[in-house]
Amino acid sequence: MKYSLWNLLRQAPRGHRDWPQAWRNPEPKEAYDVIIIGAGGHGLATAYYLAKEHGISRTAVLEKGWLGGGNTGRNTTIVRSNYLWDESAHLYEHSLRLFETLSQDLNFNVMFSPRGVINLAHNEHDLKELRRRGHACRLNGIDYEMVTPREIKEIAPIINISRSIRYPVLGGAMQRRAGNARHDAVAWGLARRADELGVDIIQNCEVTGIDVRDGRVTGVQTTRGAIRANRIGAVPAGHASVVASMAGLRLPVESHALQAMVTEPVKPVLDTVIMSNTVHVYISQSDKGELVLGAGIDGYNSYSQKGGINVIEHQLEGLCELYPIVSRLKIMRVWGGIVDIAPDASPIISKTPIEGFYINCGWGTGGFKATPGSGWVFAHTIAQDRPHRLNEAFDLGRFESGLLIDEHGAAAVAH
Amino acid sequence: MMLIPCPWCGDRLDAEFTCGGEAHIMRPDPATASDAEWADYLFMRENPKGLHHERWFHAHGCRRWFHMTRDTASHRIVAVYAITESAPEASG
Repeated sequence: MKYSLWNLLRQAPRGHRDWPQAWRNPEPKEAYDVIIIGAGGHGLATAYYLAKEHGISRTAVLEKGWLGGGNTGRNTTIVRSNYLWDESAHLYEHSLRLFETLSQDLNFNVMFSPRGVINLAHNEHDLKELRRRGHACRLNGIDYEMVTPREIKEIAPIINISRSIRYPVLGGAMQRRAGNARHDAVAWGLARRADELGVDIIQNCEVTGIDVRDGRVTGVQTTRGAIRANRIGAVPAGHASVVASMAGLRLPVESHALQAMVTEPVKPVLDTVIMSNTVHVYISQSDKGELVLGAGIDGYNSYSQKGGINVIEHQLEGLCELYPIVSRLKIMRVWGGIVDIAPDASPIISKTPIEGFYINCGWGTGGFKATPGSGWVFAHTIAQDRPHRLNEAFDLGRFESGLLIDEHGAAAVAH
Repeated sequence: MMLIPCPWCGDRLDAEFTCGGEAHIMRPDPATASDAEWADYLFMRENPKGLHHERWFHAHGCRRWFHMTRDTASHRIVAVYAITESAPEASG
């Protein structure tokens, strides 16, 4: 049933008891045209665009837990496209454009809010780096302008722009079209629409093996039995290496715990997103009023979805100096997610040496912003058996050719 | 958070250490290695969910490197051995 004002009014006298389930909970079939491993945002977007753009809807999305329960529901919901290199700029900009119309497209309010994202500079080098990135962005048609400390203070009065703090704010750069979206809604909206188009989303179904015969995939083994398919797209985020190893593949990623947290809810004090690479602090305010804060990764491999408290402490030190009002707030929740980080901090959206097996991973600390764009190009890659122009540079082969897409500067902090 | 048994200093908080990543990666001969072998050496990693042999550096202590075998899912430390030693056979 379409979500509309008319249907809302129609359901009201019935006490909203007749709304149908948003998506089915189907039993796995014996075979599909395509299997997607992982029902996070990227996996669901892949299934959705496979059906919408390529007419492939005999698709199963297999999820070992519940949909959107991994990094999709754990990130700090920032959407932006201010990347340095052309390849990334084009890919993330494509995703940002999809976000702009995603609510209408899915008939589900993903609450995309282009409230602007500011990157802070705390030293001369930061200022130069932001100017350089700004020029690169504008050459790619992406808005990214320098802002002075005074202008930042006007936009965000809670920030401390005193010159006497340890890392003073010397300036910043702002992408006004950037912002955030509701992460759960993105997963739910994609799931509901993909399901309507015939995609089977199968939760509580962990892939335990990938069947490869004569160099091509034939199906998967799962905790709910074997399922056949000639095309398999793996979108397993933090578990990328684990899934790839089932097909005998090695990947250039390492999994780390990344943490985020929220304060107790307060009245609106911040209507933009502010990030700082140097002191590793980023902050925004959710619609519920919580300040959403992101910390860094732990420095060692981890699959435990739980990070070190010293990382939280480090982030809060910088936060309290930059935004003194938060020192009076209680932290309500802290959580971790497992992110797979590639050597060049850029994703891998690629065919593999195994025919019919495709991999989409390496999004590291910043995958949420790319959710629709990633699914869009990955669907193309699977449907056409070749990458789209937007993702051909993000292939596995770049680690052999040396054509890396070094985005440590643009990707290091923001999620 | 982990309590790491440094072979020289004893049990210390993990914040004192730097992890040097996967251990026992052998450098191929650059004169004869293919691009694929070189890429494997530079970039490809085991990244297992479970036991992982890795190098650690006691940055805020004795400033010595050592090897450690750790479970990446539970953070249980299974073995600590010298930087010159090869991986223990049956650790678990």
